[in-house]
Amino acid sequence: MNDLFIYSVLTLSGIGAVAASILFVASKKFKVFEDPKIDEVEEELPSANCGACGFPGCRGFAEAIVNNPDDFDSFNCPVGGNDVMKKVAAIMGKEATEKEPTIAVLKCNGSRQNAPQKIIYSGEQNCALSHSMFSGESGCPSGCLGLGDCVDVCNFGALYIDEETWLPVVDEEKCTSCGACVNVCPRGLFEIMPRGKDNKRIYVACMNTQKGAAAKKNCKVACIGCMKCTKVYETDSVKVTNFCSYISPDVDVENYGSAIIASCPTKAILGVNVEEQKV
Amino acid sequence: MKTKTFTMGGIHPADNKLSADKPIEELEIPIEVQIPIAQHIGAPAKPVVKKGDKVKVGTLIAEAGGFISANIHSSVSGTVGIAKEIVGTSGYLEKVISIKVEGDEWEESIIKSDELKKEITLSPDEIQAKVKEAGIVGLGGATFPSHVKFAIPEGCKAEMVLINGVECEPYLTADHRLMLEKGEEILVGTSIAMKALGVDKGVIGIEENKPDAIKHLTKLAENYSGILIQPLKVQYPQGGEKQLIKSITGKEVTAGALPIHYGLAVFNVGTIFAVYEAVQKNKPLIDRIVTVTGKNVSKPSNYKVRIGTPLKELIEKAGGVPENTAKIVSGGPMMGKALTSTEIPATKGTSGVLLFSEKDTKRADETACIRCGKCSTVCCLGLQPFLFAALVRKRNWEKLEEAHVMDCLECGSCSYTCPANLPLVDLIKLGKIEIKKLREARKK
Repeated sequence: MNDLFIYSVLTLSGIGAVAASILFVASKKFKVFEDPKIDEVEEELPSANCGACGFPGCRGFAEAIVNNPDDFDSFNCPVGGNDVMKKVAAIMGKEATEKEPTIAVLKCNGSRQNAPQKIIYSGEQNCALSHSMFSGESGCPSGCLGLGDCVDVCNFGALYIDEETWLPVVDEEKCTSCGACVNVCPRGLFEIMPRGKDNKRIYVACMNTQKGAAAKKNCKVACIGCMKCTKVYETDSVKVTNFCSYISPDVDVENYGSAIIASCPTKAILGVNVEEQKV
Repeated sequence: MKTKTFTMGGIHPADNKLSADKPIEELEIPIEVQIPIAQHIGAPAKPVVKKGDKVKVGTLIAEAGGFISANIHSSVSGTVGIAKEIVGTSGYLEKVISIKVEGDEWEESIIKSDELKKEITLSPDEIQAKVKEAGIVGLGGATFPSHVKFAIPEGCKAEMVLINGVECEPYLTADHRLMLEKGEEILVGTSIAMKALGVDKGVIGIEENKPDAIKHLTKLAENYSGILIQPLKVQYPQGGEKQLIKSITGKEVTAGALPIHYGLAVFNVGTIFAVYEAVQKNKPLIDRIVTVTGKNVSKPSNYKVRIGTPLKELIEKAGGVPENTAKIVSGGPMMGKALTSTEIPATKGTSGVLLFSEKDTKRADETACIRCGKCSTVCCLGLQPFLFAALVRKRNWEKLEEAHVMDCLECGSCSYTCPANLPLVDLIKLGKIEIKKLREARKK
């Protein structure tokens, strides 16, 4: 009995020793060099694996940064923001350029109150499907369908559907501007835009391309392409194409923001932390 | 003759053919028609008239925008209005040509008489050109341009013409009435199609729930050489192209293949009647038969309707919208599309207008899928809808594509059968949309 015990231990130890030496030799001989910086960089990243940087996951992003140190400025992790990029820059021995923080905005204000429901959709509660069927419950072919594909796709819990308006709401604290909602919305209603100086920004909450009269029929707050906003701020930053105004983020919100908002007869221009000018 | 059917799957919904004994009535010409320029599969037609032009019945108003496209002719005589967009069957704004009706003056070249013309004088090439010129598309609902089916691709040879008189969708009776009232014309039309394709065999498949049509056509067909009437078992979707081919010839059209690869060309009876009118009477496709029906509709009827007539005119003629109507569907109840407005004009693809009460259309609450497999049993293509549903809900598009979701013809048998009330067809449609996006992305 004792012999059996000793032989088993010896045989197993022998196999173990041989296998260990094979593994040792293999690990030395077939070693693939991997920059230790990749691990270090990955450590600093938020591990959201959201793809907002344009790479497949945080590991892919870390590899890309380490392998292309010369293009450091072209890389950005919008989720981690400036803090993370500073730490990554320190590892890489580079200087991080400060990037303006951004946020996703919904460019539609067609709530149940503003764009009343005319048709009832009873199919599967999904925007992409509903979009393929018809123009929407309010009749607006560009408006928000309110079925929450964006909510489903948000990795950060930064979106929810407001029960009263039936519109998705972006949580300013949680939104990392990863762009998942921009890609999933069948009507392309989200835009990633800078949060603005002192978190003040204005935007046109409408993307319809119908003529004014037709748009008004479906929604009280539709942009009717009246050009009034372009008169207040006469540069290319505010322009009307296809009967719909677009205000680019470089507009001077501090001085003209409230005037631009006030100029809109249908209240299609919304401001965040910008008061409407009292006339 | 012995009844035939397809072997895989199929369901038996209540047929509710309420308007089967109502003769086709001609609907009055409305005061204005709106004719969409995209009524067919393929490129939209290009308008060739402008505001203020005077047109007659049968005047070309938009010409085909490519090989897979179709001409569009004025269905009324009058003055062309300004170009505009109105909500169409798609649920979105569609470009239409609106025409204010003045009188009812026809192009001189069209023979208006109803007299039967049996003798086929045109050559096969001339027939194909005529079908193309007349803007004929598949009137069963898919609206595929018919002249494409007459152009046989290289390496293929036609052996048989199949005429689809199945009308397996519940409620619809337009084809049934047409077979009863225009039997001779349909048989001449079949002969025309046979001549154009150079074949000597034609089979008209009719479901057994239309015994009068089978009897009528069988009797008439004795005078036409090479045409057979084939009774088919009542089994949805008997009228699907692949199912019809399987039932009649026993051949199985594989995924991605066309019937012509098997030597077959399939036409709907409505289409074949239009072919008859185009070839023998020189009449373009300007009207069609539309069934207006529903359990609460006071006068379920079959109307001969000019293309572009607002559907509300048809509904009014049939007794108006019943009080508790919750849904109006264009086409059949299984595969039709819910409409968003009654102002939508009748198009070449409008086979029926169904008015459903809330009770008829209410979706039952969904419960958990227990993988009982009933959906697979009834699937006429042997697919696995329960798997599609699970994969769509998990957003696993690659696996979904591997499971052949793109072959699904969306007949609705699975949704009809599911004991857990899963919206299977909805989910399959969603899966197809996402896979199409994926394929686009791969191309880039």
